[in-house]
Parts: sequence; C-alpha cells; structure tokens
Amino acid sequence: MAKEIERAGIPAVHICSIVPISRTVGANRIVPAIAIPHPLGDPTRTRDEEKTLRRALVEKALRALETKIDEQTVF
Amino acid sequence: MGKKLKAIHYLNQFFGQIGGEDKADVEPLVKAGPIGPGVLFQELFGGEVEITATVICGDNYFGEHMDDAAEAVLAIIEGYRPDVVVAGPAFNAGRYGMACGAVCAAVAKRLGIPVVTGMFPENPGVESYRKDVTIVETKATTAGMRDAAQLMTRLALKLARKESLGAPGEEGYLPRGIRRNTFASETGAARAVAMLLRKLKGEDYVTEYPMPVFDRVAPLPPVERMYEITLALITSGGIVPKGNPDRVESSSATKYGKYNIGGLKRLSPESHETAHGGYDPTYANEDPHRVLPLDVVRDLEQEGAIGKLYPYYYATVGNGTSVARAREFAREIAKDLVRDGVGAVLISST
Repeated sequence: MAKEIERAGIPAVHICSIVPISRTVGANRIVPAIAIPHPLGDPTRTRDEEKTLRRALVEKALRALETKIDEQTVF
Repeated sequence: MGKKLKAIHYLNQFFGQIGGEDKADVEPLVKAGPIGPGVLFQELFGGEVEITATVICGDNYFGEHMDDAAEAVLAIIEGYRPDVVVAGPAFNAGRYGMACGAVCAAVAKRLGIPVVTGMFPENPGVESYRKDVTIVETKATTAGMRDAAQLMTRLALKLARKESLGAPGEEGYLPRGIRRNTFASETGAARAVAMLLRKLKGEDYVTEYPMPVFDRVAPLPPVERMYEITLALITSGGIVPKGNPDRVESSSATKYGKYNIGGLKRLSPESHETAHGGYDPTYANEDPHRVLPLDVVRDLEQEGAIGKLYPYYYATVGNGTSVARAREFAREIAKDLVRDGVGAVLISST
C-alpha cells in the first residue's frame, strides 16, 4: 500500500511489526512497531505510558517522512 | 538398507498443537517425534525417513524476534544432526511463511542441511526466501495439506538421499533462479525461432529465461512543511467502527472501509474494534489506538506539528490478503487523497 500511495505522488510511512514483509512489498520509509497484536501500544504498561510510547513512534514516523532517502530505509 | 534417515519438522504454535493466537508468543521448544501435520508427513515418508523431533515456535514470537528465534531454532536442530529439515507448510499465512523461510534459510546456509518448505505463491515468505530455499507451491489454505505433504515429502526424501532435484516445474517447487546446464536436442537458434513462431500465432510458449520483475517505486522527496500538510491514516490492522458496517472480511479481505473521523478525538472499545483475524484481537479491541493512533495524531494536530488530519481514515485487513488486492485498494484510496490534496500518509500494520 505504501508503495502504491507513493506511486501516486504522496509520501507514505509504514509503521509495521514485521519489517521484512514491509521491505518485500516495497515500502520506502519503514518504522518498526512494538508487536503484532499491538503495534502502537503495550498492554503491560499503564495507559499513559502506552500513549507516550505511541507518540514517540508516530513522531518517529513523521521524522521519517521529513527525511531525504535514496533507498528503502528502516528508521 | 542402511540407517534410517532423520528429519526435523518445524511448525508454528497452531500446527504444533500448543494453541491458537493466545499462544503465538511461545518461544521455540522441541517435542519428540512427529506432531500434527507431521503425522501425515511420517506416513508418507514410510520407513525410510523418521521425523525424530518437531521444533515449534509461536508466530508472533518469531515475527517479532526473527534473528533470535532463528538462532534458537537453529541450535535445537543442530543438536539432532538431521539429514533433512522440513518446515510448514505455511500456505498463505504470512508470519508463519516468514518463519518457515527464515528457519530453512538459516539451516541451509549455516548447517548445510537440505530443507523443504511449502507456501502459497503470494505468501511474503516466498518473495523473501525463494532464492535460498526449496519452497513447494501449495494452495492458500489447509485444504491443500495432503497435496503439499506429498510434494514436500517426495522432495525431502530425495534431498535426504543426497539426490539432486529436477526443474521446478517438474518437481512442484517455486523457481529459485538457479541455472543448470543441460543438453537440448535442438540449438538455441532453432528453439528461439520455434518460440517466436508460436508467439506470432498466439500460441502458448514457455520462455527459457524469464526476466526478473522488480516492482519498486523510487522514494519520494521528504515532506518539507509538516505543519502545513494534511496527513491521512490508513491501517491494515482491521480497525473498523463497532459492528464492522462494511463487513470487511477477517481474512483475505476483498474490500476496505473509509470512515469519517472528522469530529472524532478518540477511539474507544465502544466506538471501534478490529475485524482482523489471525492475531489475538484482545489488545486492539481494548484500545483501538494500539493499531490506529488517532489520539496522538489529534494531539499533534492541535499542537500544530501537522497541518491537519484528513477527516477520513481507511482500513482493511491484511491477513492473507493478496498483494494484488492491496494494490487495488491503495490505488483507489490514492485517488481520494490526491484529489483532496493530502500531503503525507501514515500506514499502520499489525
């Protein structure tokens, strides 16, 4: 999906749990997530801590979108 | 006949009879003898090969710790000194396919022991490991178990006996891109002309040298003024309004949903849920933000870090959904986003 969105001219970042799959399907900006059933959370933490963690990942994704890259990059 | 040949079988937690998604975090463990599909494999092997042990690992554990998991599985397998290692078949299960591929690739490369696995051609494990591993082509679902087991045991037996395999098409495995010299009855020129004539007549022909297909899109330039752009959210993690109004399928999705979040600040277990099968939905249902980060993106919008959040998000289910279908979805979604001047997209996947 990330690849097709970029083909249409809009930069896309992929936050995903299994980075090799994202690489295989051709996402260019990849941000590794926390875990498969909760990529943007961690149920072992408090809700506040989870949100902090999630915010850090989303901010990392935004930074990835702001970074010039020449090839597939895992941030 | 000499000593029995030894095989080790790799399975995930489900086929290894440990449990379902609730056990997907199980670390590598070993059990004696064949388990689950291994019983069928043992029957097909007959008396010549014995499955001495089965190594089992949870799909999530493997997917989230690929290097460590592969090392641990490798260490177990090495201890048995098998003549061949079989993994799966994984059919169209993505996490399982990646695990089978990684195990087989590590065994082949590091231990020099022959390996066979089985997958549906669209399994991401195929694209990642086909060059390193013999992968039998299977159906998408367990309905293809018997056929897969027959092909896999036949190849495993040959490899364990140190016999070489025939061409992929004859033996039923996916091409690995290896070229071997063979004698042909006609010269290349005669074969090429024959092929050309068939092509001109519109008849079927089989190329002797398929061209590789590299479908890549060059990375786009970075977003320059994040604080001015509209950001859109897409997820393949199946987060849909409670009740799944569009009936997005839990696996092999044929559709995606477009949902209004224009006035919405937060998701809740009452408002949203996941339609995704194949992973334990407990965490996503408890707090859908664990898959679709609306809460923090709204905060960033209010703080001015992004211009604004696009008033819709798109969701589908990535479980067993074909790459071709995902491409179609994304092309349609992209039309919306381009029309509405969206400047960047954040995609989250489980």
